[in-house]
Amino acid sequence: MIPASFAYARPTTVDEALQAIAAGGDDVKIMAGGQSLIPVMRLRLAAPETVVDLTKVAELRGVREDGDSLVIGAMTTHTDILRDPLIAQYGKLIAEATETVADPAVRHRGTFGGALAHADPAGDLPAVALALDAEFVIAGPGGARRSVPASAFFVDYLTTALDEGELLLEVRVPKLGEGWGVRYEKFNRVAQAWSIVAVAAAVRMEGGRIAEARIGLTNMGSTPLRATATEQALVGADVSLETVTAAAAQAAEGTEPSSDLNAQADYRQHLARVLTGRAVRAATGL
Amino acid sequence: MTQINVRVDGASYSDDVEPRTLLVHYLREQLGKVGTVVGCDTSNCGACTVHLDGESVKSCTVLAVQADGSEVTTIEGIAEGGELHPMQKAFHEKHGLQCGYCTPGMIMASIDLLKNNPNPSEHEIREGIEGNLCRCTGYVNIVRAVQQAAGKMSSTAGAQA
Amino acid sequence: MTLTDEPTTAEAPVKEVGNARLRKEDARLITGKTTWTDNMVLPGMLHMAFLRSPVAHATITNLDVSAAKDRPNVVAVFTGQDFKDEQGSIPCAWPVTPDMVNPGHPSIAVDTVNHVGEAVAIVVARTRTAAVDAVEAIDVDYENLPVVLDMETAVQDGADLVHASTSSNTSYHFVFDAGEAGTGSDTDAAFRDAEVTVSRRFVQQRLIPAFMEPRSAVVGVQGDNYTLWSATQIPHILRVMGALTTGIPEHKLRVVAPDVGGGFGGKLQVCPEEILALLVARRLGKPVKWTETRSESLMTAHHGRDQVQFIDVAAKKDGTVTGLRVRLLADMGAYLRLITPGVPALGAFMFPGIYKFPAYRFECDGVFTNKVPTDAYRGAGRPEATFAIERIMDELAVELDMDPMELRRKNWINAEEFPFTTVAGLEYDSGDYEQATQAALELLGYDELRAEQKRRRESNDPVQLGIGISTFTEMCGLAPSRVLGSLSFGAGGWEQASIRMLPTGKVEVVTGSTPHGQGHETAWSQIVADELGVPFEDVEVLHGDTAISSRGLDTYGSRSLVVGGTAVVKAAEKVVAKARKIAAHLLEASEDDLEFSGGKFSVKGTPGAGLGIQEIALAIFAAHDYPEGIEPSIDAEAAFDPVNFSFPHGTHLCAMEVDTETGFVKIRKYACVDDIGNIVNPIIVEGQMHGGLAQGISQALYEEAIYDADGNLTTGTFVDYLLPSAADLPDFATGNTTHAATSNPLGAKGVGEAGCIASTPAVVNAALDAVRHLGVEDILMPLTPERVWRAIHTGGDGGARAAEGSNAYGGARTTESGYEEADK
Repeated sequence: MIPASFAYARPTTVDEALQAIAAGGDDVKIMAGGQSLIPVMRLRLAAPETVVDLTKVAELRGVREDGDSLVIGAMTTHTDILRDPLIAQYGKLIAEATETVADPAVRHRGTFGGALAHADPAGDLPAVALALDAEFVIAGPGGARRSVPASAFFVDYLTTALDEGELLLEVRVPKLGEGWGVRYEKFNRVAQAWSIVAVAAAVRMEGGRIAEARIGLTNMGSTPLRATATEQALVGADVSLETVTAAAAQAAEGTEPSSDLNAQADYRQHLARVLTGRAVRAATGL
Repeated sequence: MTQINVRVDGASYSDDVEPRTLLVHYLREQLGKVGTVVGCDTSNCGACTVHLDGESVKSCTVLAVQADGSEVTTIEGIAEGGELHPMQKAFHEKHGLQCGYCTPGMIMASIDLLKNNPNPSEHEIREGIEGNLCRCTGYVNIVRAVQQAAGKMSSTAGAQA
Repeated sequence: MTLTDEPTTAEAPVKEVGNARLRKEDARLITGKTTWTDNMVLPGMLHMAFLRSPVAHATITNLDVSAAKDRPNVVAVFTGQDFKDEQGSIPCAWPVTPDMVNPGHPSIAVDTVNHVGEAVAIVVARTRTAAVDAVEAIDVDYENLPVVLDMETAVQDGADLVHASTSSNTSYHFVFDAGEAGTGSDTDAAFRDAEVTVSRRFVQQRLIPAFMEPRSAVVGVQGDNYTLWSATQIPHILRVMGALTTGIPEHKLRVVAPDVGGGFGGKLQVCPEEILALLVARRLGKPVKWTETRSESLMTAHHGRDQVQFIDVAAKKDGTVTGLRVRLLADMGAYLRLITPGVPALGAFMFPGIYKFPAYRFECDGVFTNKVPTDAYRGAGRPEATFAIERIMDELAVELDMDPMELRRKNWINAEEFPFTTVAGLEYDSGDYEQATQAALELLGYDELRAEQKRRRESNDPVQLGIGISTFTEMCGLAPSRVLGSLSFGAGGWEQASIRMLPTGKVEVVTGSTPHGQGHETAWSQIVADELGVPFEDVEVLHGDTAISSRGLDTYGSRSLVVGGTAVVKAAEKVVAKARKIAAHLLEASEDDLEFSGGKFSVKGTPGAGLGIQEIALAIFAAHDYPEGIEPSIDAEAAFDPVNFSFPHGTHLCAMEVDTETGFVKIRKYACVDDIGNIVNPIIVEGQMHGGLAQGISQALYEEAIYDADGNLTTGTFVDYLLPSAADLPDFATGNTTHAATSNPLGAKGVGEAGCIASTPAVVNAALDAVRHLGVEDILMPLTPERVWRAIHTGGDGGARAAEGSNAYGGARTTESGYEEADK
């Protein structure tokens, strides 16, 4: 189908973008790669009055280092991520998850920031960002900057801490270097489908014990979630099949996943436990 | 209406489009590039795949205005000097198509795949074209076609090097 | 003449039939030089868009289109009231019983809507965009009526009715009883005397054909003549039915199927939208176009399958089957379309499969529900039957503690028993089930996989392995006209072909078959090249336009080669016979002394002298010198009506890995050996097998049209109606045995549906074989990971799936206000 009519702005700088958003009125949609937004508009599930297209805002695209952090521009495409040497070195979990997003053509257009700001709990990157305690750098009307931690960024289904008039600029994630093992374990029925459940695991090992564990859950609720009980059970534990299995058994604690034609809630919880076990085993090299 | 300037299959066009016009509709309805087709409305099927500045995109999920200043290549622009592209030849020789509706998109996606990975394994080919649905072939012959094209294209590239 | 002048006589002519000829069709398809219906643009063409019902069953209490009419670029807006006196009913060509209830099928709803997606209003505008925009300005009020969705509830006494004009939701009760028909013994007695009986309830879920090219129709107007271009499998049938439905005289209506992007039975239809395009074009006197969106297609193009099957088998303790009883509930949907009621009835004859059942009874109720109608989908009746028999044979094997292949072997028709008349009254002409089975077992590596299965069981591996069998046959080559008549089908099953010999020696073949991906242009060229001895490249195949190919019955039911290809052979034989008279005249020889070989008539015993049939074409064009008493033409046409069906068969084997922790199933290897008779083009055959396998496997694993409790289709986009990609399917190992069909001169049996019919039970049997030791007896299709996991861990068949669509893209699904986002 054809989207409903809208006004269109294509800024080339962040300042222009903020002005366009401010000028766009009540019903403005920010379009990053458009790979979720355009289909939704074609189905007329969304019919914004104004679309502000960020694809020409070059300053929002790219990955850089800042001390112990990687800073990923919101308009960095999934393909950019997969080709980026810094990501390859310090962002393997992001790379693993990004590889599973949709298909190559979609990854050429879809962006890291767009996927996060869309906040689809079935999307792959929100759980990764949450697991990594990402920091979301946001610009407000007039150019004011603020930073929001991932734990506060994902508010509800398709809803984030981004206020009206605000724009996601970049996302800061810690570099995961030596000692870290990662795994994005995705479960879906066909290759290009959205995750039924997926688990993002990053584990740092020190002397045969688990020093740090970060586990994010995809599609286990209206927002991405951390498997907190599992993380706690893992930290300090020895790297063994028994401890990992026991910890993974707590992965669904506190989750309230939805039921749909791919999975009912109890099965999703079961999958979360199984996949967490697999993800942690892979991350720890078991 | 917004004015756009775009090169498609080697020719330059200047047109007024509504911002909501999808690239695929612009190609089909304003330029008559009906070789590129529409198969779905959720970017699942890939029938509309073209190259935008050298990379595969689903032209139903790109606005025509976004192609302003860009180069678009469709199935109608990949044969050079009357010679079919090796991928076109391979689809023919390996019987990688039946009804042919998915074929333009499948060929464009496959060319993109080989650009990024000139010698893919069968598994990599299958993953590489996961965004393109075919209802006729069961994909076996499409995979064989991509394998053949990969062999031909890499040997040609080797000869040129 | 010297030898060098006669190269073709020097060498044995190369046979085209059997050659792996690359397809002629590809040249345009791989370059984008295609003629899809939606490509068509006519001067002054208007665009149609539909307002479709968002509710499954309701009375339309208010329909106000005035605001839509005022929208810019809108030329007209029509409702059912505008067309109620001229739209007639979408035809149903198959009244399977004399008392079948057909409540009629309006193309556009007049007072009531009976399924989500039914057309309620039509906007006609200068552009598609304007038409789609104006649809949103239409104001409708519905008063909801009870929604009927579940067949088993719908057939109860006192159930809510889909159609107020009927006394029940049962459209018909169709019975085939072998005892009564004289083709078998008494079924009740067989079950009374049975040593063992096994009974199962199987569900054939509702599927969507999901051809890749969405439907599209363009109507051109020339005075009181109309041309309908449509993405259809059946231009010829559409012309007749379109004329009868709209009242446009048949000779004033031309139907063209240009390039058509797949059908699989889904375009074997007289679509409401095609009729409405004709009515709108006639009303406005302007050309119109309609092209559906994918979501519109999934919601409103006919669906397939959807049966509840109650199957009982009776046997002796040694495994000899003694009786088969089948009771079906078949979901018609809200209306009867072209062959809606006939699909399950066609299956009636295939439930006995390849086995020598002495007794058989089949009963089927066609049931109305508030869903989109069902109709043909690849296999149409035969996949359902094959699934039931191949599943129950496995169940019987388990009951008897027999090897499932041994049980089949014990009961199948042996090679030396052909021709064999089955308990359903069909005469199977040829085949060898043992030979195909042996070849398939080797192709799969059966023994090794069985050994691995054993190891995995013994080590309690979380990933279990199973092997599934399907030894199937099907009835193809639809169909002998007299048989269709005896089944009350509204048409015959013949096919037409004509051959035009052009002055330059080129050949035009006009066929009544209508390809949409099958490769007829290539295969027919091969046949004609052999028959006439002309180069493959000199043959052009014309099809799909009623002005060019005036007689035909189109493409479905694996009939094209078997029936349409034979018509081509018959026409070619007539061309040769006509040319022979002229050759005799020009060569001054007796007809009896002429032999025809390699495209050339020569006088027996006189090497060198001769006349090519292409030269004769020029001679008779000039017509300066030809025998008295004959017409100056060697063109010919022929119609062929088969005397029997054809019966491809094969053995399909699937090795399946089941992850018992998640329920995820993955095909490890798939091998099949099919006997489809003589092969005209092996690469086309292999391609047809691959595609059929993909669809049959996809029924087992991925596809299901799901309605929620209100009758909304929740699988309304490709996000939720899952089609497998290349990454989701395995490679296929295929092979052939060849036993020529005896019912046609090509010896062909048909291949279009084989893979789709055979594979589904092989896949399900494989999954069950992997986990049966864990107590699993059945799993509903599709084998979603959730169902498999539940069946393993909580018993049962995996149970119903939640009806909610996934929330990706906001969960596009129909609701009161049209498409709406999922609950937040």
